[in-house]
Amino acid sequence: MTLIRLVEEGLLDLFSKGRLFGTTHTCIGQEAIAVGVLSHLKASDIVVSNHRCHGHYIAFTDDAEGLMLEVMGRQGGVCNGKGGSQHLCTGQFFSNGILGGMVPGAVGMALAEKRMGKDTVVVVFLGDGALGEGLVYESLNLASLWKAPVLFVVEHNQYAQSTPTRFQMAGTVAGRFAAFGIPHAELNTNDVTVIHESAGEAVGRVRASGSPECLILHTYRLSPHSKGDDFRDPAEIAHWRENDPLKLSAAQLEAEVASRIEAECQTRVQQAIKAASAAPFPEASEDNLSEYTS
Amino acid sequence: MSAPVTTVASAINQALHVLMQSDERVLIVGEDLLDPYGGAFKITKGLSTNYPDRVLPTPISECGFVGACGGMALRGLRPVAEIMFGDFSALIFDQLLNHLSKFALMFDGKVSCPITLRLPMGGRRGYGATHSQCLEKYFVGIPGLRVMTVSAYHDISAFYREAVLGAERPTILIEDKTGYSQPYRPLNANGIAEFEAREIAPHTLAFSANGFGSADATLVTYGGMTGLVLEAAKQLLFERELFVEVIVLGQLAPFRVEDLADSLKRSGRLLFAEEGTRRAGVGAEITAAAMERYWKLLRAPMARVAARDFVIPATKVLEDAVLPSVADVKTATLNLINHP
Repeated sequence: MTLIRLVEEGLLDLFSKGRLFGTTHTCIGQEAIAVGVLSHLKASDIVVSNHRCHGHYIAFTDDAEGLMLEVMGRQGGVCNGKGGSQHLCTGQFFSNGILGGMVPGAVGMALAEKRMGKDTVVVVFLGDGALGEGLVYESLNLASLWKAPVLFVVEHNQYAQSTPTRFQMAGTVAGRFAAFGIPHAELNTNDVTVIHESAGEAVGRVRASGSPECLILHTYRLSPHSKGDDFRDPAEIAHWRENDPLKLSAAQLEAEVASRIEAECQTRVQQAIKAASAAPFPEASEDNLSEYTS
Repeated sequence: MSAPVTTVASAINQALHVLMQSDERVLIVGEDLLDPYGGAFKITKGLSTNYPDRVLPTPISECGFVGACGGMALRGLRPVAEIMFGDFSALIFDQLLNHLSKFALMFDGKVSCPITLRLPMGGRRGYGATHSQCLEKYFVGIPGLRVMTVSAYHDISAFYREAVLGAERPTILIEDKTGYSQPYRPLNANGIAEFEAREIAPHTLAFSANGFGSADATLVTYGGMTGLVLEAAKQLLFERELFVEVIVLGQLAPFRVEDLADSLKRSGRLLFAEEGTRRAGVGAEITAAAMERYWKLLRAPMARVAARDFVIPATKVLEDAVLPSVADVKTATLNLINHP
């Protein structure tokens, strides 16, 4: 979680200094979900994420260096600079920037894996905002009807960009999954050990049953939606800082363990930034920009 | 399974049977496909009986099931999804534009998405504005997407094999629904009636009544317009003794402009005919590409025949007026030939 936090803070810092091109959507405050859920996955499982994907990416791949290269637009990044912050892919990890757009693909990938006789679990992350897209409901229907081994993880961080949930969502998150017969568990905590336990059970059930389930996690986005656009009540944000997942887990560790972790991660992130800053940009060649290669 | 192949529909049906038998990665996905109904146009008849676990009937969720097929393709399967009427493909536009066509490109070649989407297009049956369109132009502009257009004259078995198994990229396969019941007329050594016929490049067919000698004009078309354009060429031959060569494209994207070179060298006059609407049509791209490359060969500006920029009305007299006719192609060809 510390590694994710320091990468995200490092990126926001680089942006504020004008050293980065493009945009990013950091997951500060939501790290417990990425770590708590994805630590249960095998390398052969599949993760489908969205525009706010860095925490999921690092929790699943530990590739902070590749992510830094990618966001800095360099050759050697996750997608050699073509994807950037929100379009990442390793073959087992996918993220894309259209809300809800990857959800049917996640269902399809799970179905394919099952048809091929594997016990793969596909974890797909959605936010409260993505639940506004109709395609998500088509996908839930298909997942339930066709029994796709998907774990839908809803990170309800209470804001869709600048829009609080109460301005955009009728009914409940749980009700939506119940409508399609998808069992759900619901938590209201940023404690990574609690999330970890519940997620482990959910992943295990999906793997064993080959059927979809949902984990609804209520949390809060401490960072702005993207780089600096935050008009929320500072008192509200301050209140949720008391519930910061890093704060909660530090309280469960010995002080020197916590500070060692912090120091190691800080060194690693600084190294990653330094290495990425020195790396070459990709070539704007015909070969590199050809739409038909096969 | 092996009924004699007499119509385009039965040729496509047989091609799908062969694909299902030869490669277990192939899945057929879409609405109302199960036997005995066998699909709205019966193209998939018999498949669910012979391959019950590889034919997936879907809810009416085009965006959802196409997205799911995209995911299956990412993991190595070869899904062939049917959109019942090509008009409904508007519902899948985000999946085409921002997902299926972009995976290989924005993820720097790490994955491929070999999904095939069968889209039945075409009017002339009075089905009205939302069940009669030809929408291929909207897909031709999407980078990374292959757009193939089958006609009654292509070797349909080879064509479908290429579409589904021949490349690692997402493929739109445009079918002519009005032409499903037309005779299947693959090229053979005897040609097609008055015309000698050749496959001059992969999936590009050419027809000449003059042994590919001198030509008064080159008419380029594809899919369901092929029969109409050949009829116009035949009438011009008999009525005016004009040798109009017809080129039938099997692939609109990527488009090989070189396929037109030989004919243009001999005719110097290019006309593109499509059933889709005129503005920003397929012809706008193809004639521009031809002009850029073969400007020196041309003796007149390019001409385009297309549907009027309007809805396709349901009543026959208006539908006939909106969609391009044999007379429209003949008139445009004569104007092209007579251009000073």
